[in-house]
Amino acid sequence: MLAPAQPGVLPATVPLLTMRDVGKTYNIRGKRTSAVDNLSLDVAPGEFVSIVGPSGCGKSTLMMMASGLIHSSSGEIHIKQSRITAPHVDIGIVFQRDALLDWRTVLENILLQIDVRRLKRGDYRERAVAMLASVGLAGFENAYPRELSGGMRQRVSLCRALIHNPSLILMDEPFGALDAMTREQMNLDLQKLWIQNKTTMLFITHSIWESVFLSDRVIIMSPRPGRIAAEIQIDLPRPRKLAVRESAEFGAYSAKIREKFQSFGLLAEDDQ
Amino acid sequence: MKLSLTPTDADERRLEIPGYLYSIAAVVALTLLWEAFVRYGAISPLLLPAPSQILLSMIKNFSLIMYMSVVTLLEILLGFGLAVVVGLPLGALIVFSRVARLTVYPILVGLQTIPKPALAPIIIVWIGTGLTSKALIAFAIAFFPIVVDTVIGLKSAQIETIYLARSMGANIFQIYRYIRFPNALPAIFGGLKVASTLAVVGAIVGEFVSADKGLGYLVLVANGDLDTKLVFACVLMLTLMGLVFYYAIEGLEALVLHWRVSDDGTGSGH
Ligand SMILES: Nc1ncnc2c1ncn2[C@@H]1O[C@H](COP(=O)(O)OP(=O)(O)O)[C@@H](O)[C@H]1O
Ligand SMILES: [Mg+2]
Repeated sequence: MLAPAQPGVLPATVPLLTMRDVGKTYNIRGKRTSAVDNLSLDVAPGEFVSIVGPSGCGKSTLMMMASGLIHSSSGEIHIKQSRITAPHVDIGIVFQRDALLDWRTVLENILLQIDVRRLKRGDYRERAVAMLASVGLAGFENAYPRELSGGMRQRVSLCRALIHNPSLILMDEPFGALDAMTREQMNLDLQKLWIQNKTTMLFITHSIWESVFLSDRVIIMSPRPGRIAAEIQIDLPRPRKLAVRESAEFGAYSAKIREKFQSFGLLAEDDQ
Repeated sequence: MKLSLTPTDADERRLEIPGYLYSIAAVVALTLLWEAFVRYGAISPLLLPAPSQILLSMIKNFSLIMYMSVVTLLEILLGFGLAVVVGLPLGALIVFSRVARLTVYPILVGLQTIPKPALAPIIIVWIGTGLTSKALIAFAIAFFPIVVDTVIGLKSAQIETIYLARSMGANIFQIYRYIRFPNALPAIFGGLKVASTLAVVGAIVGEFVSADKGLGYLVLVANGDLDTKLVFACVLMLTLMGLVFYYAIEGLEALVLHWRVSDDGTGSGH
């Protein structure tokens, strides 16, 4: 095993997340479903990688395996060069449902990370308040989740995923349930948080423009069993503004992804 | 000021009377109706005494009723307390352990189909006619909803919240402490409220089978003496006790679950 130059800091050439020939077969009442098959993937430290693919192609399965929350059926997964066999704790997760705890205030929901990890709340409170402010939630520290809109709730769960400064963030269609306008704002907020925190990001989405807007690299998965069908490097300067979507480069990237989807016979329903 | 009020706006204005006044008015009206019905309807007080007669009987027998009430209240509280102390951990165990779920739970469900009052005579033969047997009968009737609602509550946590806790390194106890248990509290309080009314039933069933004190016993004695006013006075006392008990739990619930929106219809006129 390579010794990192500094504790916890990897040379940029060594991937932070490595998946080697990973597969997952679900076995429900004797019926076997191959959800992910023979998938290999490297994510560099600090990289923002999006995964797009048709519904049911194994994106969530892939993310759950990367986090160690479910076991892979075959292959190996490494984070910072150590093999993942149990839930990995140096991560932050955001699901499509915000998973806020109704009985905790906004601030307490973020500090759940700190409580469960048995760290000192006092060391993180200020950071939590600052993060809330940077996503437009200043003054909502003591509100309960039921008092917030869907977009505000998902911002809180973003802060919760980042508060402990994990080296990897996993997001599974986090903005899928939000309206278009809120979604655009969330994309801007997420880009800001990511630039501020320099975290490695594995981001799952259905939205082609979202993946191009946010990512350094977009990975396109084939229909089930999920494999990597194509990878596209996105070379657009950061921070990106919403207007970048109207640029020719942005259009070219989106077109490439869409063509790949259409080669699977998908997106036909969208241009009926 | 708006110049033209739509009919709905006008309706909203008229409904500004607090909701609880409606309930109080309804109870008062019913009582007056009852009083008039008995007084002017020439109903024998042996069959149905008027509210005023019941109240008088209550005042006349005040110390007796109070003494009997304390006895019954003790039985209820002891039975209820036992149901909580046994029901909550048992519910937790059933969710926690697969073995318990496969062994204890089916037995419990089977036992629940026994009509509990049928067991009361046996319990009294086993334990005697004192406080303990009444509390045990109250316990037997009250404890099932606590177990069931604890199980339902503990199981109802959103799967994402549990994954989330595990990604924070939570062990099984932390998952219960931070996620499952707080998430179960609304359901548990639902079970407690049902159990509180059932515990009252249990204590009275026990006293009906065999007792030498308590409100249920007094009901039987008064009934034997054809003192219908006293019977009704006892029933009224039992009702009051049940109400206070129920609302005490609801008050505790409002305190513990203060983060919830109250939607019990008070306040708004809808
Ligand atoms: N827990 C499970 N048990 C059985 N099959 C599952 C389970 N989770 C997912 N699957 C199946 O695996 C495939 C991939 O699912 P998923 O990873 O959720 O896809 P995606 O997130 O891309 O929509 C689907 O066919 C789905 O039905
Ligand atoms: Mg999914």
